[in-house]
Amino acid sequence: MDMHEDKCRHCSYNKSQESISLAQAEVGNSYRIERVLGSGPVRRRIMDMGLTKHVTLYVRKVAPLGDPMQVSLRGYELTLRRADTSEILVVPI
Amino acid sequence: MSLTIALAGNPNSGKTTLFNVLTGLKQYVGNWAGVTVEKKEGFYRNNKDIKFIDLPGIYSMSSYSPEEVIARDVLLGKKGEIPDVIINVVDATNIERNLYLSLQLSELGLPMVIALNMYDQVEKNGDAIDIRELERRCHCPVVPISALHNRNIKELIDTAELRVHQNNNALPIGEYPPELEDALEKFAQLAKLENHPKKRWYTSKLLENDRQALSDLSLSAKQKEAVLELREKVEEAFDDDGEGIIINARYDYVTDLVADTYKSGIVGLTTSQKIDKVVTNRVLAIPIFILLMSAIYYIAISVVGGPVTDWVNEVLIAEIIQDNVRTWMEGARVAPWLTSLVVDGIIAGVGAPLGFLPQILTLFVLLAVLEDIGYMSRIAFILDRIFRRFGLSGKSFIPILLGTGCAVPGIMGTRTIANENDRRLTIMVAHFLPCSAKSSIIALFAGAVLATWWFAPLAYFSGILAVVITGVILKKFKAFRGESTPFVMELPSYHVPLVKNIIRSSFDRTKAFVVKAGTVIMLVVVALWFLQNITITGQFADFSESGADSILSSFGKAVAPLFAPLGFGNWIATVASFAGIAAKEVVVSTMGILSGVGELAETDPTALSLAASLFTPVSGLAFVIFNQLNTPCVACIAAYKSELADKKWISFALVYQAVFAYAISFLIFQFGTVLFEGTPFNMWTALALAVLALLIFLLVRPTPKDSTQHASLPEEEALVM
Repeated sequence: MDMHEDKCRHCSYNKSQESISLAQAEVGNSYRIERVLGSGPVRRRIMDMGLTKHVTLYVRKVAPLGDPMQVSLRGYELTLRRADTSEILVVPI
Repeated sequence: MSLTIALAGNPNSGKTTLFNVLTGLKQYVGNWAGVTVEKKEGFYRNNKDIKFIDLPGIYSMSSYSPEEVIARDVLLGKKGEIPDVIINVVDATNIERNLYLSLQLSELGLPMVIALNMYDQVEKNGDAIDIRELERRCHCPVVPISALHNRNIKELIDTAELRVHQNNNALPIGEYPPELEDALEKFAQLAKLENHPKKRWYTSKLLENDRQALSDLSLSAKQKEAVLELREKVEEAFDDDGEGIIINARYDYVTDLVADTYKSGIVGLTTSQKIDKVVTNRVLAIPIFILLMSAIYYIAISVVGGPVTDWVNEVLIAEIIQDNVRTWMEGARVAPWLTSLVVDGIIAGVGAPLGFLPQILTLFVLLAVLEDIGYMSRIAFILDRIFRRFGLSGKSFIPILLGTGCAVPGIMGTRTIANENDRRLTIMVAHFLPCSAKSSIIALFAGAVLATWWFAPLAYFSGILAVVITGVILKKFKAFRGESTPFVMELPSYHVPLVKNIIRSSFDRTKAFVVKAGTVIMLVVVALWFLQNITITGQFADFSESGADSILSSFGKAVAPLFAPLGFGNWIATVASFAGIAAKEVVVSTMGILSGVGELAETDPTALSLAASLFTPVSGLAFVIFNQLNTPCVACIAAYKSELADKKWISFALVYQAVFAYAISFLIFQFGTVLFEGTPFNMWTALALAVLALLIFLLVRPTPKDSTQHASLPEEEALVM
């Protein structure tokens, strides 16, 4: 069997026009997560922290050297590297 | 009746604090995620029939991280007996993400009680939690507690006990969308799980394609086929993969649950957010960080370290202890050699490192304060970008920082680094910055050979440079790349430091240092003393006269040529370097003993003159740097054993450190003599140039392309096998 086809179906997910990756999000704005792309441990870890479909988050700040970023969601503060956020699709709200 | 209670919850939810309150044990607690990595066990202080298992903090019940695997194995009974009841410790101030784990714990079908920890903080924030409603929706008792202030703890345990006696197995928390519930029901039918107590757990895992859970079920080939087919269908319908579907459903339920039970009274920013506005401010963060670190080291090393260390060495040990013991022993007509062994060997050798105790303790207390407040995660946040360049992570900073006191707690502290490669690398470099023992070597040479103030900063700077060089070089090798782990880290709320926690953590860390002084160092000192006093022909000769042909000197002379290219090819320095592997403090003690006087302190005039007579400034520098970077002490190697836990990696670390230290000292000595001491350019200089060229090549060569781009996930094939 091949699960790969299935995974790739997710990889090639068509971004809707207004959604951007969280990596491109701007400090001081709020966003709603549309979808978390990718697969496996990385995706699982990100989703386990509460970054799931439809949750809203607020981009609080970036570290002094531009990375990682700090977001506020589900009542707590989380830091993420930009590189790890590129597969999180969000829409501004 | 004996009872086993497992404490499970998110990292930093206060499990360890609760465990300590319950058992009276003194486990060390810090305000950063991941303090508990292995499970710990202890008995209830009020009733020895109740046993507690403190599980590592986890965010989820997947099997991707070692902590999760440990927690799962314990709760599934794969490590000894199955716990009778789970106390799910929930951080009441961060209820949403914590309840996400509660859902998963409840799937296991074990009796469960939710402990709403830090409930006092919730009230203080002006928030409110509808506990009745929470109990109703979670199908289990919910007890608000404060582990920190020891509130409601007895009620919690009584409730848990009652829960077991009522034989109330937990109903799984959470309702999912009907389509998902239907799908899970179908999985249950396929795998014959309809009446299984862990039905929710296993059906979810079948959808998640969790390899471990699958192997537990031992399905037939036909069943596997059917499960696979069903999963593909469900994934198709939900347009997501199995894990994603379940995680979304769980979180959706929790969002609802929290909306119905939690009333936030906060308007505007919380205190933590206000503090962070300044502390992790884009402009101010780094200056504040530098200021704080400088203050800590200034206080530990200059204010406390200097005068107190001098007093301990010169007054307490030399005048009060040594002189009195000597007078007493001589008065009792003890054989002179025994007096010498006790006074000049043991007391001197063990006393030397103890002189650093005040300074190391101060350092650990100050770092513990930062840790307890919650500043350490902020450091990781601020510095991650810098560290990533060198193949490390922001979380590598804490271990390296601890390493300036003693590398052993530093190596232990790497457990918070999720990425295995980053973690190995951090372990290997944790001792590069001088620890308090190595600072005794630096202090000796700064005083004796170089007589400059900038020598100690230079040693620190070299240490930092060594970390950077090692990171850059090794990160280019395939063994140190591989699968990436995302850097996701929660920033805990700040809290006022607790004296109890600070004492406990600094005491634990200092203890390693003291124990070492009392055991390893003492043995080595005694062994050295004898080796130095027994001649190669087996005669016992008096100390100061036998130096020329003792066993020790013969060994030193045989090995010394190895170090000639580094500028310290004399037998005393050689023996000192080898003895330093037992404990770095011994380097100074050894030079003292071997000088025939038996001294201890780096300020002792005899040691000073010995060092001065054996070394030039350049060879002195080469010697210090060699000892700083070389194989760490046995205590560190023991820590490698538990933390690297793989002979291959341990040997690699030790060989790399030895080669690296040798190469760097070689460069320092060869270039130093040509540049500063007027030695003409020679064959050795040419060789040094070649080594330098190799080093530069390793540093700047492009990272080879990875062929394993699509680092395939083992889970994908879980069902095929």
